[in-house]
Amino acid sequence: MGHTKEQLLTRLQELQIDFPRYEHPVVLTVEAQAKYVGHLKGALSKNLFLKDKKQRFYIVSALAETKVDLKVLSQRLGLGKGGLRMAPEEALAEILQVPLGCVTPFALVNESARHVSLLLDQGIKSQECCFFHPLSNDMSITVNARDLDKFLTSIGKNPAYVDLEANPPVGKDQPPDLATLVPSDAKIVAEPPEKQVSSQGPERNHLSVNNHPKVITVAKAVKPSNASTKEKSPDAVNLSISYADPDKFVQEILEKTTSIVLSEIKEENIERNGEQLATIVSNNISKQLGLELKNIATIFKNTAYTEGFKAGIHHQPKRM
Amino acid sequence: MENQNHEEQEEEQIVTPWEVTAEKGGKIDYDKLIDKFGCQRLDQSLIDRVARLTRRPPHVFLRRGVFFAHRDFTDVLDAYERGERFYLYTGRGPSSEALHLGHLVPFMFTKYLQDAFKVPLVIQLTDDEKCMWKNLSVEESQRLARENAKDIIACGFDVSRTFIFSDFDYVGGSFYKNMVKIAKCVTYNKVVGIFGFSGEDHIGKVSFPPVQAAPSFPSSFPHLFSDKDNHRCLIPCAIDQDPYFRMTRDVAPRLGYHKPALIESSFFPALQGETGKMSASDPNSAIYVTDSAKDIKNKINRYAFSGGQDSIENHRKYGANLEVDIPIKYLGFFLEDDAELEYIRTEYGAGRMLTGEVKKRLIEVLTELVERHRRARAAVTDEMVDAFMAVRPLPNMFS
Repeated sequence: MGHTKEQLLTRLQELQIDFPRYEHPVVLTVEAQAKYVGHLKGALSKNLFLKDKKQRFYIVSALAETKVDLKVLSQRLGLGKGGLRMAPEEALAEILQVPLGCVTPFALVNESARHVSLLLDQGIKSQECCFFHPLSNDMSITVNARDLDKFLTSIGKNPAYVDLEANPPVGKDQPPDLATLVPSDAKIVAEPPEKQVSSQGPERNHLSVNNHPKVITVAKAVKPSNASTKEKSPDAVNLSISYADPDKFVQEILEKTTSIVLSEIKEENIERNGEQLATIVSNNISKQLGLELKNIATIFKNTAYTEGFKAGIHHQPKRM
Repeated sequence: MENQNHEEQEEEQIVTPWEVTAEKGGKIDYDKLIDKFGCQRLDQSLIDRVARLTRRPPHVFLRRGVFFAHRDFTDVLDAYERGERFYLYTGRGPSSEALHLGHLVPFMFTKYLQDAFKVPLVIQLTDDEKCMWKNLSVEESQRLARENAKDIIACGFDVSRTFIFSDFDYVGGSFYKNMVKIAKCVTYNKVVGIFGFSGEDHIGKVSFPPVQAAPSFPSSFPHLFSDKDNHRCLIPCAIDQDPYFRMTRDVAPRLGYHKPALIESSFFPALQGETGKMSASDPNSAIYVTDSAKDIKNKINRYAFSGGQDSIENHRKYGANLEVDIPIKYLGFFLEDDAELEYIRTEYGAGRMLTGEVKKRLIEVLTELVERHRRARAAVTDEMVDAFMAVRPLPNMFS
């Protein structure tokens, strides 16, 4: 059972945190919240509940006006380019135990959110205080960064403030700067088949609308990913294009062959084998490459046949 | 092909299409199995003959005794030498999306047979069976069939010689005529005896066996084979399928067809050992084709049952127990180089090589295999699946 708003508020008072509180009708978005408290002292926050491909979860708490780019964040966390997306509704209930529209750093008080990583906008530090929901969206409270830290430390969390708008390069020599914020012993949540989640419309305090689960028809076999199939159809199309292209095909063969030749023809081998080197190298090529070349040749043939087959079923008979 | 009331023989091992248990938690005794089933051992002379006829080295599964038993394979080879061709038939019950290495074994071997003998192949996806036995919806079982087809195609079959079909798509016409002919030859009592049906089983199950028998006869595929060619059929399968094809072999002569020949494999062990069961619900019991390099390394290091001793001193003294060591078994399946395998077996058995080194080599081998499969799988489009599954003639299937 998750903490209730009352339990949280009591805990904050125990920590001697001062917080003005404002009740209002249930709000699901920052815009709606602004209608009720926007005129009051305190900066509005937007809170995103995210997950990565390995079922690890994150809360990003930012000032409403801070630009948050999930692609950049994903790279800075070391998750690659498209590694972060909005978490599904079920996760909100299961892990944060808050209702829709109520993502808040305070949700980390719940045991179920133990492994969720929190990224705080460093802009919060420069504000006098900031609005958050206290586990329920019919109320907003304001706290300053110091008190927020006090709370987080009390539940064993290390407050991590991040310049969310920064876009440092990430590459071989520049490791992802936020990699330490990725949860390590992440709890594995049993995932239902992934539904499409897309971000649309006004910024919301919670994850956005779920599209309906994909309707499975036989003709176009769309895969729900229970087994983690890593390829998406653009990849399959790209690969089959290279297997349909004689240029690329020959290039691949030559690359593999020349790399063996180059690795075999070294001074020591020349010395050792002398005239035999040619035979030895060509034997090695046959042995090491034979199987692999046959495999890619079969893929090439199958791809060409498929193209012909497709053309055949679509061909229009001659008009008489 | 599930079964509710087969005989419980606690003393003996149990090998049926639905259950495989060894005697008293030990290993499967394959010699006893061959005796009991009445099939033949695939001995070295046969393997040499295959090598001679196909003019290429025999497949690693033959050399290592993975495929170790047969029925009438000699007749098939005799006919082949006379210039009579045969065709291959294998299949898969698409019950899950995730395939593991054990699933790939029969397909890897069938691909070799196709390339070595230059013969056509029909692959049956029994989506109807899984719909009935696993209680999947029709759409779901059809979807799984197509997904599995992609992994099967990724094993490298030649589209100009291969026909893949799903039962829901293909049953009808000549195929169905054969099904009825087969069904007329098998009494209800007989199927109950072979498959253990009970009065509670629904009639779908009872009438399924002819579906899996029909592909053994060339007249089921009029778009591939004409009536006058009475081609023989060779079926690579795991040995637990033997009782099943005995029904077909029994029926064949009564219908004027050749008995299908079988070439049979032993069981692929689970990571946790021979006594462990590979189960879809335990992802750590097997290596899946979707596993990343990291997953493979993890699974082998943590879950592969080791025959090594519990301490380095003991290991150096006594050596490893090769009989139960899973990495050695897996290397037996997938390490091509006979000399290297022999070396590892000797050194590990003598205690000079440690489990960690054996596992490291296995991880390399498996990672390469899975990576190659993944690449090939990524190149399989839906159009390619359509092409493989189209009912079309295969004009050069024997060349």
